[in-house]
Amino acid sequence: MSSETKIRKRAAISDKVWLLISLLVALAVWYLLSIGEKTGRGFPFAPEVLKGLATMVERKALWGDFVSSMISVVMGFGLGFLTALPMAFLMAWYAPVRKIIEPWINFVRNIPALAYSPLVVIILGIGRTPSVVLIWICTFMTMCITIYHGIRNIDNTLVKAARVLGANDVDIFFRITLPATMPFILTAVRLGLSAALTTLLAAESTGARAGLGMRIRTLSTTFESNAMLGYIIIIGIIGTLLNIFVDFIERRLTSWQEKREG
Amino acid sequence: MAGEERRVKIQIKAVKKEYRGDHGTTVALNGVDLDIMENEFVCVVGPSGCGKSTLLNILAGLHEASSGECCLDGEAIHGTDVKRGVVFQQYALFPWQTVLQNVMFGPQMKRLPKAECMEIARKYIRMVGLEDFEGSFPKELSGGMKQRVAIARAYANDPEVLLMDEPFGALDAQTRAQLQTELLKTWEEEKKTCFFITHDVDEAVLLAQRVVIMSARPGRIKRIVDIDIPYPRDQATKSDARFMELKAQIWNEVYQEYLEVRK
Repeated sequence: MSSETKIRKRAAISDKVWLLISLLVALAVWYLLSIGEKTGRGFPFAPEVLKGLATMVERKALWGDFVSSMISVVMGFGLGFLTALPMAFLMAWYAPVRKIIEPWINFVRNIPALAYSPLVVIILGIGRTPSVVLIWICTFMTMCITIYHGIRNIDNTLVKAARVLGANDVDIFFRITLPATMPFILTAVRLGLSAALTTLLAAESTGARAGLGMRIRTLSTTFESNAMLGYIIIIGIIGTLLNIFVDFIERRLTSWQEKREG
Repeated sequence: MAGEERRVKIQIKAVKKEYRGDHGTTVALNGVDLDIMENEFVCVVGPSGCGKSTLLNILAGLHEASSGECCLDGEAIHGTDVKRGVVFQQYALFPWQTVLQNVMFGPQMKRLPKAECMEIARKYIRMVGLEDFEGSFPKELSGGMKQRVAIARAYANDPEVLLMDEPFGALDAQTRAQLQTELLKTWEEEKKTCFFITHDVDEAVLLAQRVVIMSARPGRIKRIVDIDIPYPRDQATKSDARFMELKAQIWNEVYQEYLEVRK
């Protein structure tokens, strides 16, 4: 027991060291890019970026952009999740639903959101609504397909085992289907959050008044690459933090899973 | 069996099962007739594809026969029922539940109070010797332990009939021997009607009062062999002269069937 703990601890430390090394390598590459004559224009080094972000704080833009984007992401993702979950079950349970809907989800999924965002604006006008709807569409498709495949992959023997032990359909849904699908639901949440962030630029190209994606576009027109790079990094950090959050939930909810690696 | 009650528990009457697939209709079972007595231990052997699992699934109520019928105590079997417990080869434990929760599942489905469910579950967990593991998740258990949990889970529902589909098929030889011995002991103590499928002739002769040999394409009963070796039996029974005689006989017939299938 104690030797096992020791091994695990040693592995954890080395993981952290690796993370540090990875960070240093990234900083070195960033620095090299920043001193290049041409690459330096696009990649100003950290102090410049921080200065750029400080300017955005002075202009009272940064916090508002962050909040605005987060509201769109949370609303769009929330709607996406609430609609994807029941739709995935309908697709798994009813062949006609699956046969009619699945090809179109797969069709639309490959089209960049930026391409159809003007259509959404034409229908809904400008402002928050089209941003939320675009994020909703993208997160819905990713999550619906992921959860649907999860439900279809449930080990049928478990359902049989529950039936012979006297479970009815409701028992089977809550005690077998839902827990068995949970790992896929969490994967869907992970992919959905990522889809929400990658759609941000398209979503805020709809005449939004604030937002991280909207600001990156306006900064690009004035070539303020230091603040722009800062905003880009902020989106990356938000994504990483959300991922860590999902990891945490995953450990709490699906620790029963057999892991492929030790 | 003199002096013992000989009441028919399960009746299998002219059961036929067809599957419609892309390549036409496959007849999995045809004209299967068998009476199983109360408290009897019956093993079914046969080459893969002889429909023995199909027969078990029909008895469990997980599949319906295409024609003919199966009865339990004279009542036709339709759908699953807690009177007929099933142990699967792949254990089929719920991985998100602990050993205790898995074994409690059946009593909970009967909507018994939680304390009673736990009491019943603990009794059967003790029976299979896993009381130190009731809080473990299936992933933390070996194959043999998993199958013990599955057996305890089936027993916790107090079924009248135990249907076992190659329950020890995925275990190593030593674990299998141990679980066979334990199953024999349990059966002798708490007699239940057992319908046990295996491809291991040794196992069939060791456990059963009657061994049913099935032939493939379509699945039919080829022969039924009475195993007239007295209980209690254990692993030492395997060196018994009568055991070896019966085993050789049955093994030969199963092998003939296997060659038949290979043709």
